[in-house]
Amino acid sequence: MLPSGSNGSHNAQALRLEDVSKSFGDLEVLRAINLEVADHEVICLIGASGSGKSTLLKCINLLEPVDKGRIFVEGEEITAEGVNVNRIRRHIGIVFQAFNLFPHMTVLRNITLAPMKVLNLSRKQAETEAADLLQRFGLLDKKDEYPDRLSGGQQQRAAIVRALAMNPDIMLLDEITSALDPELVAEVLNVIRGLAEIGMTMVIATHEMGFAKDIANRVCFLDAGVILEEGAPEQIFSEPQNARTRGFLQRIIEAGRL
Amino acid sequence: MIQPSSAPAPTPGIPELPIPPARRRMLRTEKRGLVIAAGSSIVVLGILSAVALLSPGSSEVKEAFFSAHHLKGAAFGTAKTASVIAAFFSVTVRMFLLAEVLVLALALFLAVVRSLPGPVFFPFRVLAIVYIDFFRGIPLLLLMFIVGFGLPGMQLGTLSRQSQFVYGVIALTLVYSAYVAEVYRAGIESIHESQTAAARALGLSRWKALRYVVLPQAIRRVVPPLLNDFIGLQKDTALVAAIGLVEVVRTAQAYGTTFFNFAGFTVAAGLFIVITIPLARVTDWLIAREQRKTRAAAGFR
Repeated sequence: MLPSGSNGSHNAQALRLEDVSKSFGDLEVLRAINLEVADHEVICLIGASGSGKSTLLKCINLLEPVDKGRIFVEGEEITAEGVNVNRIRRHIGIVFQAFNLFPHMTVLRNITLAPMKVLNLSRKQAETEAADLLQRFGLLDKKDEYPDRLSGGQQQRAAIVRALAMNPDIMLLDEITSALDPELVAEVLNVIRGLAEIGMTMVIATHEMGFAKDIANRVCFLDAGVILEEGAPEQIFSEPQNARTRGFLQRIIEAGRL
Repeated sequence: MIQPSSAPAPTPGIPELPIPPARRRMLRTEKRGLVIAAGSSIVVLGILSAVALLSPGSSEVKEAFFSAHHLKGAAFGTAKTASVIAAFFSVTVRMFLLAEVLVLALALFLAVVRSLPGPVFFPFRVLAIVYIDFFRGIPLLLLMFIVGFGLPGMQLGTLSRQSQFVYGVIALTLVYSAYVAEVYRAGIESIHESQTAAARALGLSRWKALRYVVLPQAIRRVVPPLLNDFIGLQKDTALVAAIGLVEVVRTAQAYGTTFFNFAGFTVAAGLFIVITIPLARVTDWLIAREQRKTRAAAGFR
């Protein structure tokens, strides 16, 4: 599970974005984003809906092509011409807000599909590894259930296991608790805390400020496609420098979410 | 049943009700509904039978289409004519079973080709669209003539030396694969793109995402409309009579010209109905199940 080449230090670079820009028609969603993520680092992206958090994550695993700029994963430029996107995506796990499990497959099949069809593992090997992961995340008894028989929290945990089954170097989490009932949020966040503890490199778009505060090594505040402010969570949440960051956090506090 | 303490204590003077009034009202309504349905059915059936029996020529109709003697003769064959039932199963059923398999495969291929993304596949997409537009637009009877009389006359080697049975299957397959391809395509497009995104994000190629994630869901979703098209296909099998193949309709017709009686058509019609009804019920059942599932998935348990 540990990212490849892990040596416990924060020196190796997992991800680097250089001047990444992205527009949908006339709408500039990302404007010259620069971001560096070290191995084992946990970055939280915060900001209002529409600030570009989700698009940024989708650009990192090439689900959305970037218009300008370059993205490097483990030192390799993935935005270069002729790069095999399927190979790149194997190393980057993404979990979506809406789970996006495959409804026609059992939990176990959901998890073994990519290892079998992409990594060409045997069914037996894929199932053994999947069972190990399911055991760790408390879902082993659900392995033969179909997704619609699971609670939202269980579905999201299954989606996390599905991404982990590919042994990714980086995990991207796109507001993974936003579609959950409040009482189910904790079980999913605890899974992510567990991943942070074992050193998984993660970029997390989230509205859970309390969670961001205690899991992130660094917090980036996005506003209208720009990283307006970034820094240690204590600094961002206690003494934000930018007026817009202060305004955003003020609204969050008023809504009782921090 | 013992009511919880919240129920009012029986007051003297007011008789205790064994069944709550609301429930009793419902039972009464239900019973009244049954009585009305039965009464109305009797009246309607009575009127219909009266019209059928009293109308001029009703005895002639009875003799021409429903004579027991002729029904039996047409169904099982006589010294002079073949059995309509035998013709139905040996030719017609064999034909539509074969055509259905071919249609399923060819239509899926067409739908997949039509859904292929990217500029490289542009000519293939266009070809699939042209095929679908073309064969959906031609009346099946016309295509039967074109294939059944055209191909043998063109001296195209093996293609021109096939039996009428084969030409019938070819015509049915050409037309119905165009229809069914559109059914498949509707299914493919109904699968939300987030499913493809999830598959691609795991490193599956476009093709593998289609093969393992989109198609299985799409096909499940279109089974009811597919079965509906098959009911149409089964009936249209009768059109091969037009290119001279001796099948169920022709056999029934032969009975009619031999004995001046239409019982053969009655038997043939009965056979088609008998074979489509189970399929229609299965379709209904599948649709109902799909609706239940969709509702369950949407949270209305």
